[in-house]
Amino acid sequence: MARETQEPVITLEHVRIQYGKQTILEDVSLTVNEGEFVAVLGPNGAGKSTLLKLLLGLLKPDAGVVRVLGKPARRGNNAIGYAPQHRQLEADLALRARDVVGFGLDGNHWGPGISSARRNAIIDKALLEVDASAFADAPIGQLSGGEQQRLLIAQALLTNPRLLLLDEPLANLDISHEQEIVTLVAKVCRARNVTVMLVAHDVNPLLPVVDRVLYMARGHATIGTTDEVITSSTLTQLYGSPVEVVQALGRVFVVGAET
Amino acid sequence: MLELFQHDFVQNAFLAGTIVAIVTAVMGYFVILRAQAFAGEALADIGFAGATGAAILGISSLLGMFFLTILAALGMGALGERIRGRDVEIGMVLSFALGLGVLFLSIYTQTGTNASAGVGILFGSILSVTRGNVLITLACGSATLLLIAFLFRPLLFASIDPEVAQTRGVPVRLLSIIFLMLLGITTAETVLVVGVLLVLALLIAPAATAMHLTRRPLTSISLAVVLGLIFTWGGLILAFVGTGGHLPVSFYITTLSALSYFISIPIGRLRSPRRYREQPRPCRECGSR
Repeated sequence: MARETQEPVITLEHVRIQYGKQTILEDVSLTVNEGEFVAVLGPNGAGKSTLLKLLLGLLKPDAGVVRVLGKPARRGNNAIGYAPQHRQLEADLALRARDVVGFGLDGNHWGPGISSARRNAIIDKALLEVDASAFADAPIGQLSGGEQQRLLIAQALLTNPRLLLLDEPLANLDISHEQEIVTLVAKVCRARNVTVMLVAHDVNPLLPVVDRVLYMARGHATIGTTDEVITSSTLTQLYGSPVEVVQALGRVFVVGAET
Repeated sequence: MLELFQHDFVQNAFLAGTIVAIVTAVMGYFVILRAQAFAGEALADIGFAGATGAAILGISSLLGMFFLTILAALGMGALGERIRGRDVEIGMVLSFALGLGVLFLSIYTQTGTNASAGVGILFGSILSVTRGNVLITLACGSATLLLIAFLFRPLLFASIDPEVAQTRGVPVRLLSIIFLMLLGITTAETVLVVGVLLVLALLIAPAATAMHLTRRPLTSISLAVVLGLIFTWGGLILAFVGTGGHLPVSFYITTLSALSYFISIPIGRLRSPRRYREQPRPCRECGSR
C-alpha cells in the first residue's frame, strides 16, 4: 500500500492545539500515505474530531504544521471528502436521497443549478458505488441510519477525493449494518486507492480491513499496525495509566481505559 | 366581478397579494428546511414595533418595518451559526418587540385620530395598500427572489448539512445572516397583506403543503408558489364577492392555508404509503433502476 517514494497524503509535524489553558493535541506527528485505511481510535475527548477539523482546515494548529497532499490544510479542498458524525434527519424532510448526494457535486456552486443528464449520471454512479441505487428517489428522512450513512459516503466521494475522512460512521448501527459499512469503505478504499481516516469507538469490526490504527488519548497519538499499537505496553504509555489489552473470541478488548 | 378591478384599491390589493404570495412561498421553503418558523414569527412581531413606531414619526409603516426587521435579522445572525434551538432568546426579543409596539401604538392613538391603526397592522389591511406600497413590494420582492436564485444551492446545502457545507467552502454564517435579512424584508411585506399575527399562514402553509406532496426541491417551490397564489387570490375573491359579505381577507387566506395543509397530510401519506425499508440484499445488477 504505502510506497515510500510517494508524497504522503497527510503530514502532521509537532502539532499542538489548545483551547485556553486546555491542551487538546500535544506534539502530534504522523504521516499517512496514499491508499491507506487508517482507523482513528481513542476515548471521548481524545482529540479525534479535532484532528479531522485540522485536516479540513476548520482549525489552525497553535504550533506545528498540517499538510494535506503536500499543501497546508485549507477549507473547500476538493481533494478531501468528509462525512461528519451522523445525525438522524427529520423523517419528513422533503428531499430525495439523490438531492443530498448531489450536494457533494455542486452544493457549493452559486446559482439555482439545472439538472442535466450528465449530472444525474454522475450521481447515479456514486449511488451505485455505495449500493444505494434502490433508494435513490426515496425521501431521505425515511431511510435507516445505515442507508443515510451510505449516502453521506456517496456525497463525500463525488469530487473524487484523494482523502476520505469519516467521523464515526459506525455509531448507532447494529452489528450487521456496521459490517456492511466497513466492507463498503474498504472496497472504496481499495478500488479508488483513496486514503481513508475512519474515526471509530471499537476497533473490532475494522480489524480485518485496516492497514494501521491511529490511537489517541490525552492529546497524544500513536500510529502503527494493530499489533504494534493495541498492546498493553503501548496503550499504558499512551494513557499514562495501566491498561490491559485482552484477546478473547477473536476480538480485542481494551480494559482499564475508558473507551 | 370584473368591474371590481376598476377600483384602484382592488388592483393594489391583487398586485401586492400576488407579489407577497410568490416571495413568501419561496422563502417559506427554506424557513421550513431551516426550522426557522419561530424566527419568522418574531421578525413579524418586531415589524409591529417598526410599523407603530413609524406611525408616530409620520413615515411609511413599511419603511419602519424594514428598518427594525433588518436590524433584528442582523442581531439574530450574530447570535450564532444557526437559529435552530434559539427559542428562548427569540421569544425574549419577540415579547420585548410586542411590548414596544404596544407602547408606540398607545402613544399614536392618543395623539392621532386613527384609533384602529393597531388592528390594521396586527391583522392586515390589504385593502388600504397604496400604489407606492405595491412598487416598494415589487422592488424588494424581485430583489429577494433574484438573491435566493443566486444563493440557491449553497443555501440548500447549508440548511441541510451546515457542517459539511462549511468544509466545502460554503460561507454558512454569512448565508444565515443574509437569509434572515431577506426573511425580515419578506415578513415586512407580508404584514401589509395578512398582518403581523397571520404572517405565518402565508410563510409556512404553501411550502409545508407542497413538501407533503413532493420531495423534489424545485417542484416543491413551484407548487408552493401556486398554492400561495391560490390562497391569496382565493382569499381576496371570497372577501369581495363571497357570500359572507365583508369578512376580512386575512380570515379567508388563513382558512384556505390551514385547510390545504391539513388536507395535504393524508394525501402525502397515501402517495407514499410504504416507508422505504432497507433492502435485505441490494442487487447490483438490478439496482441501477
